[in-house]
Amino acid sequence: MSTNHASTPGITKRDRLEGLKRAWYKFSLNKMSIVGLVIVSLILILGVFQPLIAPYPEHAGAYVNFSAANQPPSSQYILGTDTVGRDILSRIFYAFRGALLMGLGVEAFIIPLGTIVGLIAGYWKEKWFSTALMRVTDIFLAVPPLVLALVVSALMRPTLFNSMMAVSIAWWPMYARMIYGMTSSMRNELFVKSAELLGASKFHILFREILPNCLGQIFTKMTLDMGWVILMGASLSFVGLGEQPPTPALGTMVSDGAKYLPDQWWIAIFPSIAIMVIILGFNFLGDGVKDMLTSEE
Amino acid sequence: MSENILEVNNLKKYFPITKGKEKGLSVKAVDDISFSIKRGETLALVGESGSGKSTTAYNVIGMYSATAGQIIFKDEPISNNIKERPLRLRKEIQMVFQDPGTTLNPRRIVKDILSLPLKIHKLVDKKDPVGQIVRLLEEVELPMEYLFKTPLALGGGERQMLAVARALSTNPDLIVLDEPTSALDVSIQAKIINMLLRLQKDYDLSYLFITLDLSLVRNFATRVAIMYLGKIAEIAPTEIFFSDPEHPYTKMLLSAIPVISEKEEEVKHAKVTPKGEIPSPVNVPKGCSFNTRCPLAFDRCFVEDPVMKEVASDHQVRCHLVEERRQS
Repeated sequence: MSTNHASTPGITKRDRLEGLKRAWYKFSLNKMSIVGLVIVSLILILGVFQPLIAPYPEHAGAYVNFSAANQPPSSQYILGTDTVGRDILSRIFYAFRGALLMGLGVEAFIIPLGTIVGLIAGYWKEKWFSTALMRVTDIFLAVPPLVLALVVSALMRPTLFNSMMAVSIAWWPMYARMIYGMTSSMRNELFVKSAELLGASKFHILFREILPNCLGQIFTKMTLDMGWVILMGASLSFVGLGEQPPTPALGTMVSDGAKYLPDQWWIAIFPSIAIMVIILGFNFLGDGVKDMLTSEE
Repeated sequence: MSENILEVNNLKKYFPITKGKEKGLSVKAVDDISFSIKRGETLALVGESGSGKSTTAYNVIGMYSATAGQIIFKDEPISNNIKERPLRLRKEIQMVFQDPGTTLNPRRIVKDILSLPLKIHKLVDKKDPVGQIVRLLEEVELPMEYLFKTPLALGGGERQMLAVARALSTNPDLIVLDEPTSALDVSIQAKIINMLLRLQKDYDLSYLFITLDLSLVRNFATRVAIMYLGKIAEIAPTEIFFSDPEHPYTKMLLSAIPVISEKEEEVKHAKVTPKGEIPSPVNVPKGCSFNTRCPLAFDRCFVEDPVMKEVASDHQVRCHLVEERRQS
């Protein structure tokens, strides 16, 4: 008997392919999510391969060419040049890198943190440490996130990493709250009770029984939040608390150009449009991810 | 070792009310009940919703800590504090819940669901872990193709079979079945019941079977206990329970079983018309708790709460009327 079970098939290639097909079908029901996917992939490609794609890759650094300063969009400089003669298009492409790093870095930090806090506080809901954790979360939530991020980053040296930390501090309570809510209702589900009755460890219950049921929501929120995290990063760099010049950051580019509005409008407007496109792209993608992950059964 | 695998003595479970008008009182979900289950037998615990049958089950399985009383499993008293219950007991007493849709994690595949109890209790067959799980599936008549499916892909009956397989995996002595078929189609009910009967024989299992459905009890149980408002009204072997019930409440329930033909109607006992609803377990009526609905209640019933009396071997009734009839 045991010999023929040894060759028990795992999830076959066909099964997996079918699962992917179904997921793609749900995702593609909304055409806007495909638009989102295209935008996000483009941003990713442009950011990563900036040196290969950008017309003037060297303009992303401390490059100065006053003879070409303040030029409007033309065939040579598609989006025009800034006050020291750098190609805005090339700089935007490079700034995508920082923006993506910002989004990914923040989420890589806050999702584990928020999840663990939420799981622990939600599962041991009536314990004192749960109340303590959630009150701390509430205090953070009570302050507008942008103000909190501004205050925190003003206390630190302005670097990309520090602005990531500042945004993370403002953002993790939202994840903690969400996971807390899901866990505290899910801990009364009978499948959790069954695992408890079998004598499963708390680690197993939290991370193997409860967490898998939260993943869909986490993933959806993650995609939807990406754009807003990037916007907050840009806001910090707008007031000079993010990535420092000469490295291009979307926020700094907008604030530099704002002084020359409306005459040299292209300096501020194009980076602003870039920010908008990023947010729209991630929102459309997030909606698609939501459709894909939440319409099961 | 005594022949009783489980003994419940004077078990009480009160839930204190902490909010609202009735603050300070408590819900007497289970109020002083005693019963026992012999090795290899099935005790059916029957009662209306709110009679405390599920609470009793949860006390046995260790989901609730009892307020008072004793639960003895295989001659060993089980601590009333569920946190002190050793892992060994979680292996020897298993449970199957009413709704298989919620007791199985929708995100975990069948293989993981079944291997969890094996891992916890260190029962994994190291040479052939997959085969071990496939054999469990075969035991509950599920195909091995289900190994990598989630419960979402299974039908209601199949999910319940999976829940049974999970309960069976640790090779328990006692399985508590909390209305295992009431969420299922009638056609599947029969299949599950037959499977449970077969497993009982094969594995020498004892069942504590909680149900609302008296017609199921007739084919499934060895003995029947009727619960009313947290107390047991009558315990009898199944045959006697259906042919010669003593308690007015039992008679009432039996005459409420629907029948189709006139012939069947004739065989039934004298009709006892049910009246009213089950009272709140917070304000239990004085005297016998059934006095608000009993058509035969007399003055003693409103003053004094009756106690369990043995009327025949293995047949106990808690009723003044039966007691007085015997004395006269």
